Amino acid sequence: MIELVVFAIAGAACVAGAIGVVASSNPVHAALSLVGTLFGIAVLFVAQEANFLAAVQVIVYAGAIVVLFLFVIMLLGVDRTDNLRVEPLGGGQRVTAAVVALGVLGLVLTTLASTGWEATGVVGELDETVPDINQLGEALFTRYLYAFEITSVLLVIAVVGAVLLARRVRREEEIVDPGQAERQAEITERIAEAEARAAHTDGARNGATADDTEPETAGEPAPVQEVGS
Amino acid sequence: MITAVEVTPAWYLILGAAIFSIGTFGLLIRRNPLVMFMCVELMLNAVTLTFVTFSRMVRDTGGLSIVVFVLVVAAAEVVVGLAIIVALLRKRPGATADDIAILEG
Repeated sequence: MIELVVFAIAGAACVAGAIGVVASSNPVHAALSLVGTLFGIAVLFVAQEANFLAAVQVIVYAGAIVVLFLFVIMLLGVDRTDNLRVEPLGGGQRVTAAVVALGVLGLVLTTLASTGWEATGVVGELDETVPDINQLGEALFTRYLYAFEITSVLLVIAVVGAVLLARRVRREEEIVDPGQAERQAEITERIAEAEARAAHTDGARNGATADDTEPETAGEPAPVQEVGS
Repeated sequence: MITAVEVTPAWYLILGAAIFSIGTFGLLIRRNPLVMFMCVELMLNAVTLTFVTFSRMVRDTGGLSIVVFVLVVAAAEVVVGLAIIVALLRKRPGATADDIAILEG
């Protein structure tokens, strides 16, 4: 009885979330609906005694992938709403899509029904008394070790590909130095100051030669005034 | 009077098929590349639910193991796919799936 209630609630969350993803005109709402579906599936994993996979589902999917989606939506500012009433391609595209989707559904259900809703064949060694994480870890690191190692290569390739694709190549003149303008202004100001001081000194000397390169000191103006008077 | 209804594995399979076909429908009708990606995620999740159900039906750990691999592949797919979408939308804001050809060359 309790399993029925759990299945009904989680299944309803899954289907409602899936419809929300397809029918939301705003991408942010679609991403949040996706969380509903992912969470419902995590609950169904628990109902089928796959506790570790349920935790991974919530952490990786709801925690990482949906956040990545939302991050991209916010970063690019594409959270504008699509008008779902216009049918861009026309010519009954939605009808065709519905026919294809129902065809997929019918095909899967027919196949399942033809087996009498039973999976037959190999009977594995899944032991209900041992926690699923132990059995999963043992299978991953013994029988599927090679595939497991290959996934690490896949992840490295994905990271390299993402960096290569999303990187923006800048030309040299586009590189902005944040302090450059301030430093340039300061240099110009100092040059102007020095020139003004030099001109003032020259004028005060009253006929002193321009190539008089004596360093200006604080005590110097007094003897100049003596000479002038 | 409520008769006790037992939840059989077949229910999970039907639910997985339903979510998969909703994802297919969404992938075919939506033009926003981000939403199309979310529909692909829906389809992948429907498949993982089916795998877990079969794993319980035949009492084998293979179904559980492949869910881990599906998760890894989904993560890699999202990383690369979102990088492509970022490159596309940076070039032309508001681009749809029809505009991916502008990334050529």
